[in-house]
Amino acid sequence: MSLLSDSLVITRRNVTKIRRVPDLIVFATLSPIMFVLLFRYVFGSAIPIEGIDYASFLLPGILCQTVIFGATVTGGALAEDLQKGLIDRFRSLPMRSGAVLIGRTVADQVLNVVSIVVMLLTGLAVGWRPHTTPYEFVLAIVVLLAFAFAVSWLMAPVGLLVRTPEVVNNASFIVIFPLTFIANTFVPTQNFPTPLRVFADWNPVSTTTQAARELFGNTVPGPTPDAWSLQHPVIYTLIWVVIILAAFVPFAVAQYKRAAGR
Amino acid sequence: MTPAILAHGTDSPTVRLPSSAKGRILSEDAPRVLAMASTTYASSSGPAIRAEGLVKVFGEHRALDGVDLEVPRGQVLGLLGPNGAGKTTAVRVLTTLLDADGGTATVAGIDVAKEPDRVRSVIGLTGQYAAVDEYLTGFENLEMVGQLFQMPRKQARARATELLERFDLVDAADRPSKTYSGGMRRRLDIAASLIAGPQVLFLDEPTTGLDPRSRLAMWEFIEDLVTDGTTILLTTQYLDEADRLADTIAVIDRGRVIARGTADELKAQVGGERLVFTVADAADLDRLAESLAPLGVDAPVLDRATRRLTLPVQGGAPVLRDALDRVVGMDVVDAGLRRPDLDDVFLTLTGHAAEDDQPGDAADSEEVSP
Repeated sequence: MSLLSDSLVITRRNVTKIRRVPDLIVFATLSPIMFVLLFRYVFGSAIPIEGIDYASFLLPGILCQTVIFGATVTGGALAEDLQKGLIDRFRSLPMRSGAVLIGRTVADQVLNVVSIVVMLLTGLAVGWRPHTTPYEFVLAIVVLLAFAFAVSWLMAPVGLLVRTPEVVNNASFIVIFPLTFIANTFVPTQNFPTPLRVFADWNPVSTTTQAARELFGNTVPGPTPDAWSLQHPVIYTLIWVVIILAAFVPFAVAQYKRAAGR
Repeated sequence: MTPAILAHGTDSPTVRLPSSAKGRILSEDAPRVLAMASTTYASSSGPAIRAEGLVKVFGEHRALDGVDLEVPRGQVLGLLGPNGAGKTTAVRVLTTLLDADGGTATVAGIDVAKEPDRVRSVIGLTGQYAAVDEYLTGFENLEMVGQLFQMPRKQARARATELLERFDLVDAADRPSKTYSGGMRRRLDIAASLIAGPQVLFLDEPTTGLDPRSRLAMWEFIEDLVTDGTTILLTTQYLDEADRLADTIAVIDRGRVIARGTADELKAQVGGERLVFTVADAADLDRLAESLAPLGVDAPVLDRATRRLTLPVQGGAPVLRDALDRVVGMDVVDAGLRRPDLDDVFLTLTGHAAEDDQPGDAADSEEVSP
């Protein structure tokens, strides 16, 4: 039994679904375009940020929010597999337990890559410009995907425990929406009320966004932020990624092993 | 009013199809696919399935309450019982999907709790709901399962092609299974569970939800598998299905095996035929019961909701004629004689109907003293 080959088989299965279900492609491509345009022209017209145009400020933030939302589909997709008896089938096969979850979380990042490409192109069209080296550019995308991958693993046991795709999707929306808004994604945080600002400064969504801003060369000019997390956004974000994976990979695999269909 | 005499099935209530239908549904000269050697060799002696004292508790509910089963190699065991009896739980324990809280079980001589991975490589499971990926084509589904059975891709593809032929799915092979009919999905599902030539096959209610034609095709197919030497554990709610397919039947109710034996042995236990009379007015039921009770070998059962009386009898048609003579003047809308079915098995063995979920809620049925 090979974890790698089993995971590849499952990844291919999930990617095939992405290709065959138009809704998924539409969600992954059209909604990012819509968000970039809405924020750029609706909010952007009212949010002046000193030293940087709003498109450049916005794009790393909205990329971060989009890949996080993209990652939450992991939960709903696993709940659906469970409901349709597919998890039972996989569990009755002589394959590695982790493979179904790895194949799922990896395939969901494939869809995220599609979203990222679409958003970068849209960003370029509305005035965003990276000021960076190719190496840092790629690193920015790696950090975004790494955080999204961790969020996928966080969602995996939720999907296996809740077992109703619609409930998983709605529940994740309620959690993810505030997490991505109480952050530096769309507006600077210095004028937030203090508790919100502290939360935002240490929110890994903020640091993922900050990491992308630094690596794209889209940072706001001025003094460096006080919080250590925002001074070292790449490291701080990766610490979160490691902690989430260390906790949730074993937890998700344990849930998978005792997952019961209907 | 003259009651209509209906020839309630004297055989099993199967819908008979012209014999030509069978060849179209499942090609009989399809290659024998089970000859393929299994990659894992288990101990070659002893029963294919053995369960001793299996217990599984969900909260307060004892889903399995000491289940013993034994299936010799190459035989078919029918696990017969109503919804919620514990059939699926038993299958889930034996296929390593669920850990038992007590008891032991071996499949092909391998302990399901100690070596689940080895068990998984020698079994095939077809669950109650066709577990196929609806976005993948039939071919892709089988290829995927083959690869997850650790076959090289080339071999998995060859097996997929072979099984699609056997299950008459060649024309649909390249269509997403979302477009398949219920019967096609089930065939694909069973094909998937056969991909590695399992020694023991578990079929959890393989015909539930199928139309009569697909059901018959499925039966014929399962009979083919038995000819090939596969050991099968089959769960069903239908006595006729167990009767036709199983070498032995274990009747399961509330987590316990309450009877076991061949279909004939069970029927002998349940007794002969049943007189079934339906009256136009429920108020006549008691008078009807009074008139017919002397003919019965046991007490009549009255169902006021359906205005129906069921009476175990012995002696066939003459008893029916005698019964009709006794009810002259009553508004009988239907009368007939039928062979015992699952409900009768349950009534006889447990005192409650198969459909009852709780012992106390059999409000519509009552037994009356003769």
